[in-house]
Amino acid sequence: MSLLLALGVGVLAGTGIYLLLRARSFDVILGLTLLSYAVNLFIFLMGRVTVGAPPILRKDVPATLAHYADPLPQALVLTAIVISFGMTALLLAIALAARAETGSDHVDGPEGESRENGV
Amino acid sequence: MVSDPIFFEHAIVAPVVLPLLVGAALVPIEGRWPQFASALSVAAVLALLALSVALAAHADSGAVEAYLLGNWRAPFGIALALDRLSALMLVLTALVALGAVLYARGGEESRGAHFHALLQFQLMGLNGAFLTADLFNLFVFFEVLLIASYGLLLHGGGPRRLKAAIHYVAFNLTGSALFLIAVSLLYGLTGTLNMADLAERVTRAPAEDAVLLKTAALLLLVVFSVKAALLPLYFWLPDTYSAAAAPVAALFAIMTKVGVYAIARVYTLVFGEAGGVAAQVAQPWLPWLALGTLALAAQGVLAATRLRVLVAYLVVASAGTLLLALGLGTAGTAAAGLFYLINSTLVAAALFLLIDRIGAARGAAGDALAAAPIDGARGRLGTAYFVLAIAVAGLPPLAGFLGKALLLKAAAASAWPALVWVVVLVSSFALIVALARAGSVVFWQAGETAAHDAPRAPVAQRAALPVLTLLVVAVAAFAGPLADYTQAAARQLYERRTYIEAVLGKRPAAPLWNPREGSVK
Repeated sequence: MSLLLALGVGVLAGTGIYLLLRARSFDVILGLTLLSYAVNLFIFLMGRVTVGAPPILRKDVPATLAHYADPLPQALVLTAIVISFGMTALLLAIALAARAETGSDHVDGPEGESRENGV
Repeated sequence: MVSDPIFFEHAIVAPVVLPLLVGAALVPIEGRWPQFASALSVAAVLALLALSVALAAHADSGAVEAYLLGNWRAPFGIALALDRLSALMLVLTALVALGAVLYARGGEESRGAHFHALLQFQLMGLNGAFLTADLFNLFVFFEVLLIASYGLLLHGGGPRRLKAAIHYVAFNLTGSALFLIAVSLLYGLTGTLNMADLAERVTRAPAEDAVLLKTAALLLLVVFSVKAALLPLYFWLPDTYSAAAAPVAALFAIMTKVGVYAIARVYTLVFGEAGGVAAQVAQPWLPWLALGTLALAAQGVLAATRLRVLVAYLVVASAGTLLLALGLGTAGTAAAGLFYLINSTLVAAALFLLIDRIGAARGAAGDALAAAPIDGARGRLGTAYFVLAIAVAGLPPLAGFLGKALLLKAAAASAWPALVWVVVLVSSFALIVALARAGSVVFWQAGETAAHDAPRAPVAQRAALPVLTLLVVAVAAFAGPLADYTQAAARQLYERRTYIEAVLGKRPAAPLWNPREGSVK
């Protein structure tokens, strides 16, 4: 299962970085979203993969990580999700405003577009 | 008031809570009563300044104070810590904010919504980043200050700012992703995020973790370099800073220093000499990248065709000098760097305000570096430019010179003093040439005094520039005590034992009210 999850992180991060390097704002936003998914999964995995172990203390079960899932990465990932969600919404708003103002969805605005077309 | 233990117990968290409360209160009232809102914002910044000075006076005793948020013992809860370096950064933030908030009064604040609320939230993020002793909490405060800075950068709108904002936001979001990877990697390896606890555990880390620990440490260096504008990662800065409104750009002068501060903190406390398998992990990179930054920034200053871009490259140059001082890795160079930091932050903020005034005085020509008529304010603006240019280029008698002289003296003991001397002196010379040329174009080739006089700005707005300029002069006048303070701060930074013991040894406070005692069984 670790291999599968690690591959998942790799594919998400790779796709995200590819899209991030493209010149259209929509692609960049999608890329950032995928990258943040990869990061969230990565944070979660840093608490080690455990199956059938809740992160809540129970009576009669010794309080060591062998019997529980680590709750801290779960809390961290929640914070990271909230922040990346908010940031993506903000970036979308900025990209829409830029599209309306400059009439182009190129990340460098219309001048970048003409440069790209060799004009 | 400060000697009162109850007050002081909670005073450490006040620089975070005060801007948060004021910012939240400003959100509903700023649209309805703009006059009152801006007065409240100025009052809050003044209160923050008084508080920061009181904290700095306390930190100067040499004690490191810790504060446990939520009253959980470190490393289980989030801890804040106040030492000389944190206190110095708090005071600088408040001073720069004072300049920005005064300058915005009656001018920039009315060109868009929620200027003062965003400014207060930015102050909250900055102060939190300077105070926190927890790596994940540092990430959160970075995000707080970044999201406020996105709003401030866009303040006033326009295609130039939108374009700069897309680059700036996308770049910083990628940086945040790397930050999270590094932080969670460190957690996976050591099981802690508290910087003091991390410092102890990294020292004892097993050799098989060396590669991963170094990876995490260097990823953090990349993230902090994005903020601090180090060589391959500074390209966002000239665009962003030159697109932002003047008071916003002035406030941003402290933002690059957050990255510098984080590098100073993490690479002495956690990955310093006692960093075990990851000891001195940044040392092979920092000095070279800093020298490169300095060399390229000097060329940027020479090549700039607009005053705003010129000042933005001056910010990059000062970041390069600072990181060079930290990268040389001794308490002596770090002390020189911290002294230089005080001067360079204040002078950069003042310059951003000054070129906005110059732009207003030149009418249509704005801040372009070409001969254009300038109105009656020429004498006053010219004097301010002369003073600030001397301070930023590092000429005597102002503090820029003292900072660079201290750095060159301390660098004499480093591995390659000749290279450091050559790059610092040649780049300073390039700065002097560029500033002298810009000054003569703007003030001497202006020809006849233009008939148009810019409308007189409100009192507060006109006061901002003299206040910051006088502060720059004051840094030189009080250079002795300030240099003593920065030397003590640098020694404290490299000592690291005091910091670790203060954070990990802090006992939770006794509860003021115990629900169990009050209840009837």
